[in-house]
Amino acid sequence: MKKVLVLAVFAFASAVTYAGGYRVSLQGNKALAMGHTGVAVVNSSELVFFNPAGLVYLEDKFSISAGVHGVFSNIAYQDSETGANARTDSPVGTPLYFYASYKANDWLALGLGVYTPYGSSVEYEDDWAGSHLVNNIDLQAIYIQPTVSFKINDKISFGGGPIYVTGSVNFNRNLNRTLTDLEGNRANVTIDASGVSSWGWVASTMVNLTEDLHIAATYRSEIILDAEDGTAEFENIPNSPLTPFEDTSIKASLPLPAEMTVGMSYDFCESWTFAFDYNRTFWDVYESLDIDFANENIPDSKNARNYKNASIYRFGMQYDATQMFTLRAGYYFDESPVQDGYFAPETPRNDSNNFTAGLTVNLGEHLQIDASFLYSHFKEVDASYNYYFENGNAVPFKGTYKTNAFVPGLGLTYKL
Amino acid sequence: MKNILKYTFALLAIGFVSCDPEFDSPVTDEGFYTSGTADLSKYVSVGNSLTAGYADGALYITGQNNSYPNIMAEQFSFAGGGDFTQPLMNDNVGGLLLSGTQITENRYILAVGPNGNPSPVRLIGTPTTDIANKLTGPFNNMGVPGAKSFHLVAPGYGNIAGVPTGAANPYFARFASSEGATVLDDATSQNPTFFSLWIGNNDILGYATSGGSGVDQTGNFDPSTYGGNDITDPNVFAAVYSQQVEALTGNGAKGVLVNIPEVTSIPYFTTVPTNAIPLDAPTAAQLNAQFGAYNTQILPGLVGIGFITAEEAALRMINFSAGQNFPIMTDDDLTDLTAVLQGPPFNLPASLAALLGQLRQVKSDDLIVLTASSILGTTPDPGNPQGVIGVTIPLSDKSVLAVSEQARVTAASTSYNATIQALAGAKGLAYVDAKAALASVANGGIPYDGGILTSQFATGGAFSLDGVHPTPRGYAFTANLIIQAINDTYDATIPKVHIGNYPTVTVSNNP
Repeated sequence: MKKVLVLAVFAFASAVTYAGGYRVSLQGNKALAMGHTGVAVVNSSELVFFNPAGLVYLEDKFSISAGVHGVFSNIAYQDSETGANARTDSPVGTPLYFYASYKANDWLALGLGVYTPYGSSVEYEDDWAGSHLVNNIDLQAIYIQPTVSFKINDKISFGGGPIYVTGSVNFNRNLNRTLTDLEGNRANVTIDASGVSSWGWVASTMVNLTEDLHIAATYRSEIILDAEDGTAEFENIPNSPLTPFEDTSIKASLPLPAEMTVGMSYDFCESWTFAFDYNRTFWDVYESLDIDFANENIPDSKNARNYKNASIYRFGMQYDATQMFTLRAGYYFDESPVQDGYFAPETPRNDSNNFTAGLTVNLGEHLQIDASFLYSHFKEVDASYNYYFENGNAVPFKGTYKTNAFVPGLGLTYKL
Repeated sequence: MKNILKYTFALLAIGFVSCDPEFDSPVTDEGFYTSGTADLSKYVSVGNSLTAGYADGALYITGQNNSYPNIMAEQFSFAGGGDFTQPLMNDNVGGLLLSGTQITENRYILAVGPNGNPSPVRLIGTPTTDIANKLTGPFNNMGVPGAKSFHLVAPGYGNIAGVPTGAANPYFARFASSEGATVLDDATSQNPTFFSLWIGNNDILGYATSGGSGVDQTGNFDPSTYGGNDITDPNVFAAVYSQQVEALTGNGAKGVLVNIPEVTSIPYFTTVPTNAIPLDAPTAAQLNAQFGAYNTQILPGLVGIGFITAEEAALRMINFSAGQNFPIMTDDDLTDLTAVLQGPPFNLPASLAALLGQLRQVKSDDLIVLTASSILGTTPDPGNPQGVIGVTIPLSDKSVLAVSEQARVTAASTSYNATIQALAGAKGLAYVDAKAALASVANGGIPYDGGILTSQFATGGAFSLDGVHPTPRGYAFTANLIIQAINDTYDATIPKVHIGNYPTVTVSNNP
């Protein structure tokens, strides 16, 4: 059980993270190794996430996939006008997933998935140049999804289920660019909300055009996390009626946008599979991050985001090299939902090119080890966030950002 | 197999932590910014309170951290600049102790009073900076609050024994290398490769802030005979200033010289309006009746006997009207009438003669000092509601910088500035026209990314609550000016700062 030990090491650190945006596409080691394709690939219970409709076509009676990714993400910032520069020191993220499927009979399969498709963890040095926008943020959302999958015939199947989400967010920023207490400590606020839950759903279909050619679609609904009883904790506030900031409760809502995936897979030359997925994430629901302070003396915080819907194009290949090894590789292009002028340092995401690889080691008939690796390459980008206001004046925060991420992953698949 | 996987994975995990993203051209790379023909590796700043980072009527740590030399040194670090040390105070309270006894006041804070209006008050608290605790230098920042031009070359200016008598400076006493050291020697002995020199402000400022109560020493070449509020003779200034520039450039160091702003650019002189006294029509008429004989008989009579000129008589006329009025004041530059008014034909009682002795109304081009705002219109004797300062009790001469006094200040500072600019030209040093820059701040202001920087007291952003010294934002503006001059003169590309990132006045009530 040495593998389990390794897993335990990575599971030690908590929760979800990813450098840019807050969609974390790490929902299975097999899929990730193939560019995170999988809507039309029938090879494991990762289908609970990628396409519940496909579960019914799994050959195994019972299948479990579980795994973890280690997210090493880095953001560098600099402003050549002033020389200001910063690097994040974000904790290593360890998003987990667990899927189980059970084939009740020839036409019905049941499944359960626990996964973390949204999250973010970014830590800048306190009081850095953009500290009036963010010092650090930790956002987590855990999806729990019971699933039904049934086939009409060998050509077409449907699947879906409800999704229960529980999330939390912890966010700290300085109140503005200059306010300090008498000792010069910057005034800041920490917003915290946890145990925020909500419901959503997923529905999907799979069509087997031939034995080797599959097309499929999955839709995962938008879920709005409404924090009703979060807290705001103010620190280093001067003792003055002019700065009436005191700890209070807050309301805020954070949308987890809907995602539509369509794709295909094609098996060829006996041991090869090619897969293509197209994701459309409906980010336009994320217009503004607004924090409503219960204390009426504290002005509400409005932070325009104005995200746009964004697409991801995914390509993957799989090769059954030997009975023991299955090799995978992939690529995807991830379009940023962030529009010009809305480039906020808590999610400094521009378009990225992503390269993946991985393999499965078959240890006997029932057990597989899945390993994957992702490298996300972001181009250096000059960008600004233009919607921070001081006394009614827009004060753009601009600079050059360079981001990258390295994500090794390891998982187990057990099947009967 | 299992082991290989395990170890490979663990190794990869460690490896990725250090895979930082790299910019094509990082600002932290040598050569991204350059110092041009200047060498910034050892920067020493020489000057007075402005150089020390003094603000809000005191010196305190956060103010020092935002001194213009410290801001510059931080930017210099991108272009080969080295460490920059300052003789930091012990706290953010600001006052100084001499062997346990407080000798300078605490900083001002902007506190909201019971009436809901914010106003500057002294921070209540016990300071912990005792000048008897000597600091071990040397310090790059050789700014000494209170120093005049000739003080920088005065041996013993940091001798703690001289502090109680005013012969030495308490701030320099904290960090002078020896009792006999001069500020200039302690600066040059550090062998700076680059220096800034901003001195001479106090050579006129003490005179100005005291409403011209000192002496214009123009013509007196012996500064050891000067009082604290006197104007330094321009030749004395020129001599010591040249000596300082010679010494600082002695080893080939490059540097920057900063000139002296106009006092009319600072809120200490521009905040209190000259017509600060509101009166209704009956009160004005009543007052005019009291001064009727003075205006129509006494003043013409004095002109008649040739005791004063007709111009002076006109200047001394007292007139009130409904609406805003100019307060009455004592003006030392007027002929003293106290004696003559007690004799015939006037035969006034001594107290009235003394009141009228050097009395006039403030004129629109006089400047009332900021500190007068708290006394103007008040009744110092609760038993006498008629005794109103500015109406029946004259403002003291110390509260008003009269036009004649302003002229002396301007004449001296113009001469100092000519010296500074000529020396900068002769030595090929960078030159900063702080006078013009502060005039821009005072007249319309300087736009920046969060608004407009003006010299409006408390709210304009440029000046701290003492009305004389800049805020951190004002110092950041100054640092940018100086960096610009350095870049222009030495072909350097030192980055400037965003002044909006620097605070203004400190809002806080007393505990």
